[in-house]
Amino acid sequence: MIETRQLIHPERPIFEHGAEGRSGASLPELDVPAIDAQKHFGKLARVTLAALPEVSEVEVTRHFTRLSRWNYAIDLGLYPLGSCTMKYNPKVNERVARMPGFAGVHPQQPESTLQGALEIMWRLERVLCELGGFRRVALQPAAGAQGELCGVMMIAAHHQSQGRAPSKVLIPDSAHGTNPASCTLSSYTTVPLKTGETGIVSVDTVAQACAENPGDIAAIMMTNPSTLGLFETDLGKIAEVVHAAGGLVYMDGANFNALLGKVRPAETGVDVMHINLHKTFTTPHGGGGPGAGVVGVGATLEPYLPTPTVEKEGDRYFLDYRRAKSIGRLRSFFGNFGMFVRAYTYMRELGGPGLTLATEMAVLNANYIRARLKDVYSLAYEAPSMHEVVFTDRKLKRETSVQTLDVAKRLMDYGYHPPTIYFPLPAVTGGAGALMIEPTETETKETLDDFCDALRAIADEAKRDAEMVKQAPHQTALGRLDETRAARQPILRWRAK
Amino acid sequence: MRYIPHTQQDVAAMLSAIGKPDVASLFSHIPETLRTKRPLDIAALDEAALLRHVSEIAGHSRPAMESLSFLGAGLTPHHIATAVDAQLARAEWYTSYTPYQPEISQGTLQAIFEFQTIVAELFGLDVANASMYDGASAAAEAVLMARRVTGKHRALLTPGLHPQYVETIETYLSGQRDHAAEEKKIEASGRVSLEQVKKDLDAHDDVACVVVQTPNYVGVVEDLAPIAKLAHQHGALLVAVTTEPLAFGVIVPPGSVGADICVGEGIGLATPPSLGGPGVGLFAAKQDLVRQMPGRLVGETVDKHGRRGYVLTLATREQHIRRDKATSNICTNQGLIALAFTIHMCLLGKRGLQELARINLAKSEYAKAQLERLRGFSLAYSGPTFNEFALRIRGGKPALVVEKLAARGIFVGVADGENLLIAVTERHTKADIDRLLEELDGACP
Repeated sequence: MIETRQLIHPERPIFEHGAEGRSGASLPELDVPAIDAQKHFGKLARVTLAALPEVSEVEVTRHFTRLSRWNYAIDLGLYPLGSCTMKYNPKVNERVARMPGFAGVHPQQPESTLQGALEIMWRLERVLCELGGFRRVALQPAAGAQGELCGVMMIAAHHQSQGRAPSKVLIPDSAHGTNPASCTLSSYTTVPLKTGETGIVSVDTVAQACAENPGDIAAIMMTNPSTLGLFETDLGKIAEVVHAAGGLVYMDGANFNALLGKVRPAETGVDVMHINLHKTFTTPHGGGGPGAGVVGVGATLEPYLPTPTVEKEGDRYFLDYRRAKSIGRLRSFFGNFGMFVRAYTYMRELGGPGLTLATEMAVLNANYIRARLKDVYSLAYEAPSMHEVVFTDRKLKRETSVQTLDVAKRLMDYGYHPPTIYFPLPAVTGGAGALMIEPTETETKETLDDFCDALRAIADEAKRDAEMVKQAPHQTALGRLDETRAARQPILRWRAK
Repeated sequence: MRYIPHTQQDVAAMLSAIGKPDVASLFSHIPETLRTKRPLDIAALDEAALLRHVSEIAGHSRPAMESLSFLGAGLTPHHIATAVDAQLARAEWYTSYTPYQPEISQGTLQAIFEFQTIVAELFGLDVANASMYDGASAAAEAVLMARRVTGKHRALLTPGLHPQYVETIETYLSGQRDHAAEEKKIEASGRVSLEQVKKDLDAHDDVACVVVQTPNYVGVVEDLAPIAKLAHQHGALLVAVTTEPLAFGVIVPPGSVGADICVGEGIGLATPPSLGGPGVGLFAAKQDLVRQMPGRLVGETVDKHGRRGYVLTLATREQHIRRDKATSNICTNQGLIALAFTIHMCLLGKRGLQELARINLAKSEYAKAQLERLRGFSLAYSGPTFNEFALRIRGGKPALVVEKLAARGIFVGVADGENLLIAVTERHTKADIDRLLEELDGACP
């Protein structure tokens, strides 16, 4: 049981602080003639002011500092969310991203004054190509899901240029929800593939799906390692089958942290893959973003990259908009540049051997947790784990009235953020609730031991005092929240009483 | 390796617990044919060498934020109070993730709830989501949402829309069956032609939405009310777009003149420009459209003891539940930049926002008036502007003037064909504006 306690202030919404006429703004004196906005805009002038708070800088600082302390964070402890790769975010990255030469550049500056920013993008792309074996990498997508959309659109553009219009994308049932949602945005129908008995997608399943949809397969989307933490050992053969059926292979690179220096996806038959810089390459998750979902491609899809790309000619870097077959633009400007700077900084600090070691220790950590817990929690599949391990509550539910949600909530009392829960979906884990644990390489053996001790203790508590576990968390500032009420009577903004 | 803590003893003990002889055997189930044969060729650097390396690269750019700059055109940088970055640097904010577990994520959840409230207030609409990637993709998602709401498929893109927003919307729509986007040339006032909008709406019975930017790409403030009326008469929604939300400190918010959805880009009020990303997409709508909204939403509720708290809600719209039937594929949003936007808006406050907007208006009007006095310079459009305007210059080659003056260390604006787009804000003193005039006068033949 964690012993730490400290003062945590309850904190009302900012709109319930302050007083009329108070302000935290520091604005310049007007040194030009004032303009009467009412006269200037007439009926287009704003009459009722936006009801923003009226608070001093001290109140704002205290409010947000207090709120911040209600958050769990990587810098407070292990954050084992599976498939999220919550590894340590190096402090030097933050310093570099704030350098005026990076943070202070405006996207509309003439190219000649942006050479350093373009150089970082160019260099980042080369490093990513080296890691994945790609020809090119599109940096523009803002997050993994937009990277998927980018990839699927390039696939569609490729088929169109071949005079074909296949309509289906094969997606294993263990895939992230973003995969099918991204396909829908491109008007593709998805064909779910059942996870095989061993947990991997078998080449036979894929061959059968191809045979059932002759000439109609646009692509397969495979996450490798899968969300079950398993390496898709049939991938090479699957790629052959899908290519023979006229389709392309998309790899969801959410779990790329398991492969650095071990597998270059482009060498395994993958045509296109997104990489979450905020997972494998340590750009901070920021409470839900920003991320960066860069997309690597081989020769087949190179003509369709979003524009602009960054090119180099002699010593000069430039933005290239000439790409006749490009799918176009997915957002304004050039991508989440601040994340590029951080990811590049991280990669250059670790270098090739360091990145390979990161993968090795991430896989070692996951397998260590697996070894320490497999007698208490049920393994979803027996196949060897990569960087994450998926347990279920099968055994627990058989022996007690406690289930995955309760275990997750009780873990908070021991000072940990819970793993990803109920994903992969129960259909993939034999109807049981999943606990998907990804420790990452940045955790010590002592931390993992303490975490495993906590999970073992909870399994024990479930037998002795199930009700206590089901009422958890007990140590957090708030108890379990009523999510049903939130959805039935949505209150989505603050309003004056 | 300072981020990887394993000692040899640790590795040995862990391997022994696992029952494997060495680390390589953890990868032995990967078929030989799928393993790479070539080790990674990336050189490693210690922290000091790393900082020298990246500082040198950073030095190859000349940041607008450290120069005299009138750049806007989709990103108008404002002064961001130091207190904002002081919060962003707190690890509890930047090293946390999506608040999946509300009991230990109340900080992020409540901050998003406050963000939603501020965005809704600013745009004059009922509800806002937890943020989108950026303004352009938010505009594209707004078009897709309008298609879902109306069951129609055409988007009428009006001419003042930022060209990159047009491109982004077209990319998003290209994946949809039966898509069609319309775009027409701009009026002499710099505004949307009501007549043209009416003509287009009459010509097509499949218009899902009319998309109007205000202030628009050439800086002119649009009159949304009659466009909203026309759109509604034809069963279409009005999607308002803005790249300068500060304008709504002094101009009427889109929601109160009929906009059904309003989207925008908030980076200029949140963080330094950072080459345009990460920014934060703002997305607000009328209450009755909430179930068709993309992205995450935070709602208020109570915990089991009846204490006020916040959770992610209405998740049945989202990809992790609905998969291929979701309203959008969005998962990660722009949480930290949304936080920065929220903090800055709180610091400005109700009157500060209005005051800041007034200062921008006054500075910009001063620049306009002075420029008009110069021989050979004229305003491109007659409509009212906020803090950015389009200038026509003698010689008529804005791109050349921009390059020429960049070499003299001043970013005068953004060249867009015959127009030079100039953004004047609170960051410019009268002396800065006078220098702009002098330089422009000197640079034009």
